[in-house]
Parts: sequence; structure tokens; C-alpha cells
Amino acid sequence: MSAGKTRDTVLELSDISVRFPSGSDWLGRPTSHVHALNGVDLDVQRGETLGIVGESGCGKSTLAQVLLGLLQPSEGLVSGAAASDESALQIVFQDPQSSLNSRMRVWRVITEPVFARQRKSTMELRRLAVELAAKVGLREETLDRYPHEFSGGQRQRIAIARALSSDPDVIVLDEPTSALDISVQAQILNLLDELQRERSLTYIFISHDISVISHMCRRVAVMYLGQIVEIGDAASLLAHPRHPYTQLLLGSVPKLEEDGLGELIEETELPSNRRLPSGCFFFDRCSFATEACRQPQQLIDGVRCCRAEELALTAAG
Amino acid sequence: MAEAQSTAKRSRFDFGYFGYQLKRSPLTMVGLIMVVLVLIVVIFAPVFATHDPNAIDLRARLAPPSMAHFFGTDEVGRDIYSRILFGGRQSIAVGFFVVFLAGLTGTVLGALSGLIGGRTDTVIMRLMDVVLSVPSLALILALAAALGPSLVNAALAIAIVRIPFYVRLVRGQALIVREMAYVKAAHTFRAGRLHILRWHILPNTLSPVIVQGTLDLGSTILLASALSFIGLGAQQPTAEWGAMVATGRNYILDQWWYSGFPGFAILFTATGFNLFGDGVRDMLDPRQKAR
Repeated sequence: MSAGKTRDTVLELSDISVRFPSGSDWLGRPTSHVHALNGVDLDVQRGETLGIVGESGCGKSTLAQVLLGLLQPSEGLVSGAAASDESALQIVFQDPQSSLNSRMRVWRVITEPVFARQRKSTMELRRLAVELAAKVGLREETLDRYPHEFSGGQRQRIAIARALSSDPDVIVLDEPTSALDISVQAQILNLLDELQRERSLTYIFISHDISVISHMCRRVAVMYLGQIVEIGDAASLLAHPRHPYTQLLLGSVPKLEEDGLGELIEETELPSNRRLPSGCFFFDRCSFATEACRQPQQLIDGVRCCRAEELALTAAG
Repeated sequence: MAEAQSTAKRSRFDFGYFGYQLKRSPLTMVGLIMVVLVLIVVIFAPVFATHDPNAIDLRARLAPPSMAHFFGTDEVGRDIYSRILFGGRQSIAVGFFVVFLAGLTGTVLGALSGLIGGRTDTVIMRLMDVVLSVPSLALILALAAALGPSLVNAALAIAIVRIPFYVRLVRGQALIVREMAYVKAAHTFRAGRLHILRWHILPNTLSPVIVQGTLDLGSTILLASALSFIGLGAQQPTAEWGAMVATGRNYILDQWWYSGFPGFAILFTATGFNLFGDGVRDMLDPRQKAR
């Protein structure tokens, strides 16, 4: 974290909280809140790929919306070079079926970010579409077709071309490959990798697929209940998880070598985000919890766990 | 080349699907034939007519159907066959006018309501509820009477009463489309409301509006004729089916052809449009079309 300040930061989130009102009494006042994000600090460096992992409901998608400026945080501040420039951020959604309007021709879809903002002649837009299509490996002849005439992988290529059209600095990839076949996933990931090198793009890669994350990202943030519980270098974090939750998350990935009877991890559910725990958010599910864990935990040295060092020592010894 | 071939193949497939649906429901085919027949006859009325629809011939008053007057004559000797052909122009024009006006207004209001939401939505929808809360025929009668008896006013009255149906339809569709990922994506491009309306909401609401419009044509023609029948629509001496049935009513016991033929024309046209409209709805209904 200390090195982070000196590098080129394109986006910085400081202490972001997002609450949604839920239910209302007879006066229309909200009776409770859904706490989607609870104090997220995050910095994104230019040119890096930052992975964000966590189980469903942990606030990954809310975080994406805050990053894109679609959602105003209840508390906290989004700053950085990309935060002020609206065309600097783009997103690629998980499902290329619903993220492309089936009533628009592909060249229109690709250039939508451009003509939504300013008037451009059809000629100019088409030229841009042809150029972008070539970049993402779509044939020029297919530009007059409709999205539903394409396969899932090709549709995701269209979505990527669309994200590139406004020449952004940062692209948020919201599970871009989880709706695709394994073989197509690899193609898309390679394409993303190529584009990143060519255009020095910054990726924020949201996923629950650990193998994809480890392949793509240099840095990873693990989210739990609207907080970042562990953040750091991808290789070391995935090899030696320090937070008990990261260990649980990595341990739940099925492995081929194991016979399935190895280490049984207690299956527990994400607690409700209506009423936040007072101490460590992971207290109820953690098998290493002690009295000290009843206190709120701080993100220290990339881990939000007061026993991290202790646990690492016991694991080593 | 390959592109052109594949497009050709696709359009042929689409026609095939349309034809397949038509074959599967012979009633739609019957409706289509009836509608086409009526449209041809009405558009080319001057060609098919044997007499001037307004020419009075007092020597041939209330003549029964014959070779000179296919459908007989009325109380001042006008040729009923020719009057039906020209009268159809009024009825069908009213049908299309009402559907166009109500469809356009309803689409704009519904799209705004669904897209903007909040107070705008509340105001528009409560207004529509007011229109819907009054029995539609009573409201049409009141409006037509208040506007003054003429065919245009009758059409306006019917259009006003039909607007809420389109508003509800389009609003519902807009609410669905608004939540689609491609609209969320458009928000990330900082697209304005007009852009979302033009590129996302309108293209996706068009086909249900067309279906609703086709369904409405038949009932609108019927309603316009009913208004003319009670004297709130077309005025004499304009040839109009409902008005002809109304004046013919006085002679119905002895001169059955006077109200009979215009009445049959109304029945034939309304049935044709209704059958065709039902068929179009079945064809475009996404629940029936396996994806």
C-alpha cells in the first residue's frame, strides 16, 4: 500500500459506502438499509489489471457501478484522472445476450458510445466500426447483421469493441467470460490481453473464477460483505492466502487431484447485509475467531484480520 | 457475395415462417383475404362504382336489387352499391386515423412515463386511469356530443378513449427495456434520455404497438359506424355505412336491402380486421415463438 502513492493512480476510492433503503414505514421513511459497500479503499494504477473476487452478493457489482459513476456512494469519495473524464471508463458486461440491443445493427452497437454523446456522420461511424471490428477479430462483412446472429464469443467481442470505441483508459470487466464456453473464454482473455498491451489499458477484472483471475491479474482484491478483506500481489495472495475468508474461498474451488474427501470445509452462507456485525464481519463463519475478533477490523498490510500473522506462523510451523 | 446470399436466405426463411403461420391458422388467411378485398374495393371505388354515390333519381326510389342497381336504391333513388363503395372510404379512413392518432400519442406518453418515471409517470398514469374509469362507450358518446356531430369529431372521441391502452402497453414495455443490460450500458456511455428513447425503447415497443393497432382497426370501424348510426358521426348526405343503416332502419320491413347491405359491409370489414389482427398477435407473440 505504501508504494501505491508514488505510482500513477487513475482511480482512487476512499472509504466508499453504499446503502440502499429497504422497506418503509407509514411515513415513507426507510425501516432498514441494505449495506452493499462498507468502507472500501481502493487504488487503481495505470496499466495494471486489478482483480476483484468474492462470492455473489459481496458487493462486486455495486463496486463496478460506483467506479463507473452510475451510483453515487452514500459516503466516501471517488477521485483520480479517470473519475472526472466521463469517456475514460467503459464496461463489458457478463451476459453478451442482454447487453447488446437486438434491434440495432452491429456497427451501430459498436459505435453507440460515440454517437450517444455527439453527432457524427454515418461515414465516420462506419469507419470507426470497421477499425474496431478488425481490432477485436470481427469480419467487416458482419457489421450489418444483428447481434442475435452471432455466437456468445463473437457477441462478447462486439461488447469489447463497443467498450473500446470511446477510447477509454479504464475498462471494467464484469465477469466477461463466465457466460462463455471454456475454449471461447481463452480466446476472449487472450484478446483482452492483446488489447491491453496495444493500448496500455487499465482493467478492473471482476470475477469469481479464481483461475481466470490468476491468469489475468497482477493484483487482486478479495471482497467480503462490502469490504475488502485482503488485497495484494496476485501470485502470493492466491498461493498463500492470509485472511481466513480468502482461504475459505480458495479452498472451495474444486480440484481435480483431490478425491473430494480431503479437507471438508464447513459450508456457511453469507450473513445478511441488513444488520452489519459489530466486530469482524467474518466472525460468525471463521473457525479461528477469538475474543479480539469482536472488535472492528482494520485493513493492515493488505489484510483485514488481526490474527493474520499469528495464523500464518501456525500454518508454517 | 456470401453476405448477400445469407441475407436472401434469411428473408426467405422469414417469409416461410409467415406463410407457415398463415397455413397453420386458416382463419388468419381468411381475415387477410377479407381485408385485402375491402381495401381494394374501397381504394378503387370510382372504378367499381356504377353510379355517382350522391346522384338523386326520384323515379327509381327504393328500387329493389337489380342489374341496374346491384344493391337497390334508397328513398331518393341513390345507388346503394355505389354509396357502400364510397362510404367504406369514410369508415376505413376513420379506422386508420384513430389507430394512428391513438397509437402515436399513446406511444409517446407511455414511453415518457416509463422512461422518466416519478412524478411524470404518476400524473400521466392517473390521467389514463380517469379515462379508463368511465365506461368507454359512454365516454365516446359524451365526447362526440360535446365536440359536435361530425365524422372527424367522432374519430377524435374514439382516439382519446383508445389512448390509455397504448400508454399502458408502451409503458410496460419501456419498464422492461429500461432494466435491460444494454440500457445500463448506454447509461455508462452517458447517453441522454432522447438517445435511449430513440435507439432502445421505441424499436423494442414497435411490434406490440403494431399488433394492438391491427386489433383495434376492426373495433374502431365498428364504433365509428355506431356513432354515425345514432347521428354523432357522418352527416347527410355523406355516404357512410353506419348512417346508411340508420336511415334505412325506417324502411327495414319492406326495403330490407337499404340497411341490409351497409350492415353486411360493416360486419364483413370488422370481421376481416379482427381475424387478421388475432392472427398477427399470435404470430408476433414472443410466448408462442420458441426462441
